[in-house]
Amino acid sequence: MPPLKMNAVAWGLLAVFGIAAPFLVYPVFAMKILCFALFACAFNLLLGYSGLLSFGHAAFLGTAGYVTGHTVKALGFPPEVGILAGTATAAALGYVVGSLAIRRSGIYFAMITLALAQMVYFMCLQMPFTGGEDGLQGVPRGKLFGVIDLMQPLSMYYFVFAIFLTGFLIIYRTIHSPFGQVLKAIRENEPRAISLGYDVEKYKLTAFVLSAALSGLAGATKTLVFQLASLTDVHWHTSGEVVLMTLLGGMGTVFGPVVGAIVVVGIQNYGANIGEWVIVITGTIFVLCVLAFRRGIVGEIAALFKEVSPAATEGGEPDQPG
Amino acid sequence: MTGIFGISIQGLLGQLLVGLLNGSFYAILSLGLAIIFGLLNIINFAHGAQYMMGAFLAWIGMRYFGVTYWWALLLSPLLVGAFGMLLERSMLKRLYKLDHLYGLLLTFGLALIIEGLFRYRFGISGESYPVTELLEGGKNLGFMFLPKYRVWVVVASLVICFVTWYVIERTKLGSYLRAGTENPQLLQAFGVNVPLMITLTYGYGVALAAFAGVLAAPIFNVNPVMGSNLIIAVFAVVVVGGMGSIMGSIVTGLGLGLIEGIVKSGMIANLLSSTFDSVPVAGSIVYPIKLLFSPEASAVTIFVIMAIVLLVRPAGLFGRER
Amino acid sequence: MKRKLLSALICAALMLQVGATAGAATKASDGVVKIGVLTDMSGTYSDLAGPGALIAVQMAVADFIAKEKPDFKIEVISADHQNKGDIAAIKAREWIDREQVDVIVDLVTTSTALAVMKVAKEKNRITLVSGAASTPITNEQCTDINVHWTYDTYALAVGTGKAVVKQGGKTWFFLTADYAFGKSLEKNTSEVVVKEGGKVLGHVLHPFPAQDFSSFLLQAQASGAQVIGLANAGNDTINAIKQASEFGITPKQSLAGLLMFITDVHSLGLKTTQGMYLTTGFYWDRNDETRAWSKRFFEKKSRQPTMVQAGDYSAVTHYLEAIKAAGTDDTQAVMAKMKATPINDFFAKNGKIRVDGRMVHDMYLAQVKKPEESKYAWDYYNIRQVIPADQAFMPLSESVCPLVKK
Repeated sequence: MPPLKMNAVAWGLLAVFGIAAPFLVYPVFAMKILCFALFACAFNLLLGYSGLLSFGHAAFLGTAGYVTGHTVKALGFPPEVGILAGTATAAALGYVVGSLAIRRSGIYFAMITLALAQMVYFMCLQMPFTGGEDGLQGVPRGKLFGVIDLMQPLSMYYFVFAIFLTGFLIIYRTIHSPFGQVLKAIRENEPRAISLGYDVEKYKLTAFVLSAALSGLAGATKTLVFQLASLTDVHWHTSGEVVLMTLLGGMGTVFGPVVGAIVVVGIQNYGANIGEWVIVITGTIFVLCVLAFRRGIVGEIAALFKEVSPAATEGGEPDQPG
Repeated sequence: MTGIFGISIQGLLGQLLVGLLNGSFYAILSLGLAIIFGLLNIINFAHGAQYMMGAFLAWIGMRYFGVTYWWALLLSPLLVGAFGMLLERSMLKRLYKLDHLYGLLLTFGLALIIEGLFRYRFGISGESYPVTELLEGGKNLGFMFLPKYRVWVVVASLVICFVTWYVIERTKLGSYLRAGTENPQLLQAFGVNVPLMITLTYGYGVALAAFAGVLAAPIFNVNPVMGSNLIIAVFAVVVVGGMGSIMGSIVTGLGLGLIEGIVKSGMIANLLSSTFDSVPVAGSIVYPIKLLFSPEASAVTIFVIMAIVLLVRPAGLFGRER
Repeated sequence: MKRKLLSALICAALMLQVGATAGAATKASDGVVKIGVLTDMSGTYSDLAGPGALIAVQMAVADFIAKEKPDFKIEVISADHQNKGDIAAIKAREWIDREQVDVIVDLVTTSTALAVMKVAKEKNRITLVSGAASTPITNEQCTDINVHWTYDTYALAVGTGKAVVKQGGKTWFFLTADYAFGKSLEKNTSEVVVKEGGKVLGHVLHPFPAQDFSSFLLQAQASGAQVIGLANAGNDTINAIKQASEFGITPKQSLAGLLMFITDVHSLGLKTTQGMYLTTGFYWDRNDETRAWSKRFFEKKSRQPTMVQAGDYSAVTHYLEAIKAAGTDDTQAVMAKMKATPINDFFAKNGKIRVDGRMVHDMYLAQVKKPEESKYAWDYYNIRQVIPADQAFMPLSESVCPLVKK
C-alpha cells in the first residue's frame, strides 16, 4: 500500500473510532485513553523526533492537572480558561526544566529530567492547595464557554476529543514542518546540524517546551474528566508509563503513541481484576518490546507494508535516540 | 546550650555517623551499578529488584532451610549473581549494539516482573529478618548508642568496595576489564574472551546488589518494594559520582550519605532560618531553598545535588566526558 | 464498519431501554443487588484489605443468603484500584453506569475513598468505607450516603494517646510522615496528650516513604521524651520500630504506633513490638464470637482477619439486612434504614451510624504480648481496655461536616 494511502486510512480510522468511541466503550474510559494518547504523542515529539528521552514528563502532566483543578475549583475559572492556565504553567515549567536539561544529552538528559521531576513531586506533596496525599477532589467540570454543560458524558467526550485532535494536529504539523525536519536532523547527527549553522539548543528547547505544554494540556483535560488531580500523575511511575506507551506503539511514528496508550490504559483498566499480575504483564511487554519489537506495533505494521512497497516513509525506523 | 544552629555537637556527631552508615549502602549499590555501566554501557534499572532478591533469598533460606546469616551472605549473592548472568546471556547481550536507552528500558521491565512475582508470592507487608546473635546489641559511645550490626555493615561494605577497586585498578584482570571498557574489539583480538568477561562482570555487579540486600535484611523490613524505593536515589549517586567511575561511586556514596545525615538533622534548614528569617524579603526568597533542605525533603536532597553537579560538572565529580 | 457502528448504537439503545424498564418493575432495581469491592489488590495495603476484604464480603453474602433466604439475587464483583484516585473513580463510574452496582465497599486509601465518594454521591449510590483512615471522610468531605465503618485516625490517635499518657508517658516526641495523613495523626494525638496533662517536646517530619529512620530516631532520643509517637503507617512504621530497637531506644523510651494493624505486628514479630500500645476496632481473639468468625476466615485466607476485613463483613451484612427490612434497594430508603438500626454482630455491639456517616462502636486498646506470653499463632494482643463508642470517635460537636446541624 502506498504511504499516502496508508496515512489516509490511519486518519480515517482515527476519525471514525474517535467519533464512535463513546458508543462502543465506556465514555470515561475513552476520555482517559484520549488524554493519555495526547500525553504519549507529546512525549513522542521529544523521544521519537528529537531523540531526547525525558524520564520526568509526569511533572508536566501532573502540575498542569493541579493548576487546572485549583483554578477551576477554588478560583471559579471556566473550564476552558482553567485548561489554558494548566497548559501555560506546564509550558513555563517546561522552559525551566528544558533549559537546564538540554545542556546534556542521552542518559544524562534522562537523569536530569528525572531529578527535576522528583523535586516537582516533592513540591506537589508540600503545597497546601494540592491536598497532598489525599489529592484535589471534586473539581467541577462546569460549562464550556458558559453554554455547554460538561457534566453530560457525551458533550464532555467530544470536548476532550476536540482537544486531543487539536493537540494531535499541532504535533503532526510540527513534525512535518521545516522545524520538525531540523529536529530529525539533530537526532540523526547533532554535530552535523551544528556545523550546518542550526542553533541546536534553541531547537531542542522549543521542542521541549512544546512537548511539556501539550503534556500539560493532556493533564489539564484529565483533571476535568476525572474531576480530581492526584499525586499519581506526578509520580515517576507515570513517567515510566508514558515511555512504555510510546515504545509499545512505536516511537517516531505519528500514530504509534495513540495505539500504545490504548493498549496500556486498556491493560490498566481491564487488568483491575487481575491484581498483582498487572505489574508482571506490564514488565513483560516492556521486555518483549525491547527484545523483539523495537519498532512498536505501528512501526512493525508500517515495516510490513514497506517490504511490499519500499517507497513508504511514514512508518518508523527503530530509531536510536540519544 | 552548646551547639550550632539548634543541634548539639553530640547530636551532629551522631547524625554524621548514621549518615556514614547509610552512605555505605549507597556506596556498595552504586559500585555495582558503576561496574555494570562501565563495561556494558547499561543502566541497570533492575539493580533495586536484585537487591531485594538478595534480602529475600536470605529470608527464605532462614525460614525454610535453616541457612544462617553468614551462609546467606555468601550464598544469596552467588545465586542472584547466577540469575543475573542468565539474564545477561539471554537478553541483555542482544542490546549491546543499540543505544543505552534500550538497556535502561529492558531492565526497567525486568524490575517490574521480578517485583510483581515477589508481590504475588510473598505479599506486600514484608518479613522480618533477625540480627544474627554475634552482632546483636551495641555500644554506648556517650553521645549515641552504636549498634554493632551497623558497624559491621560499614566495615563489610568498605572492605568489599576496596577489594573491588583494587582488583579493577591494580590487577591484570582489572586491566582487561578497563581495556574492555575502552575498546572491546581490540581486546578480543588479543585473545581475551570478552563476552564471557562481560557476563561475569554483570554477574558480579548483580551479586554486589544482592550482598547489599543481605546486609540490609536485618535493618530494614524485607519486602518486595524495598529496592524500588532505593534505586532512584542510587542512580543519582552514580550520576553525581560520574557514570562508570569506580572510586567516584564509592566516595560519592559515602559523601551523599553524610550530606543526607546533615540534612535530616535539620541543621541546614535551621541555619537558613536563623540567618534569613529576620530579613524581610530574603526570608521568603530563601523559603523554597529551606524547604528543599529540610529533614522531610531528605529524599529529594540527593536530586538537588545531582542537578547542581550535572550543570557544573556534566560528567559527574569523578567521571570523564565520553 | 458502518454496520458495526449501527449495531453498536442499537445495542446501546436497547441496553438503556432494558435498564429503564427493569428499574420500574421490581423493587430491587434489576432483581439483583450488586456489591462492588474496590480495594488495593496488589499494593501496599493488599495484606490488610485486598483479597482478604473480598473474602470477607463473600462470606457476608453467603451467610446472609443462608440465614435470610432473600427473594433477590446478590452478586459480588471486585477490582484493584491500585491506590490511584483516578483508577478508583473510573472504576466506580463504570460499575455504576454499566454494571448497576448498588454499593461500593472497602476503599483503602483516603484519596481513593474520597474520589469514589464523590462519584457515588453524584450517582446516588452507597459507599461503605472500611479501609481508609483520614477524618475528612466524615468531616469536610462527608456525604449523606457514605458510612465510615471501622476506624479513623482520630479514634486511633485518641485511644492510644490517652492510654499511654495515663500509663505515665507524659512527654512525647513525634516521628511524622510528611503528608496530610501523618500530620493529621500527629495533630489529633498531640491535642489529646496535652488535654490529658502530657507535654509534646517536638517532632520531626520524615519523607514518605522512607527506609532509614536512624537519623530521626536519634533526634527523638535526644529530645529525652518518654514516648515516641509514630505518626506514620505501613512500612514506615515497621522500619521505625525495627530500627528503634536496634539503636537501643526501646525499651528506655517507649513507642506508640498510631496506626498499626495486626499484619504489622505479625511481620515485625513480638520480640520487637512487645509492650507497644495500639488501638484497634477488632481483634480476632477477643471473645468466642470473634474467634468463631475469624476461624472461618482463617480457613479461607490462612491469615487472621484485620479490623478492615472484619469491618467489611459487618458493613455488608448490615447493608443487606437493611435492604430486606426496607423491602427495596433504593439508596435513600436503605440508608435511612441502616442509620435507624443499631449494629449488633461479632464486630460491633450497639454500633450506630451518625449523621456525618461515622459508624461509632467500641474500640479496643491493645498491648502487644511478650514473646513468652504468646501461646499459639497470631496470639498477639492483650486487650487492656474497652474504649466506649461515645468516647472513641470525634464528637459530633467538633465535626465540620455540613450535614451536622449546630
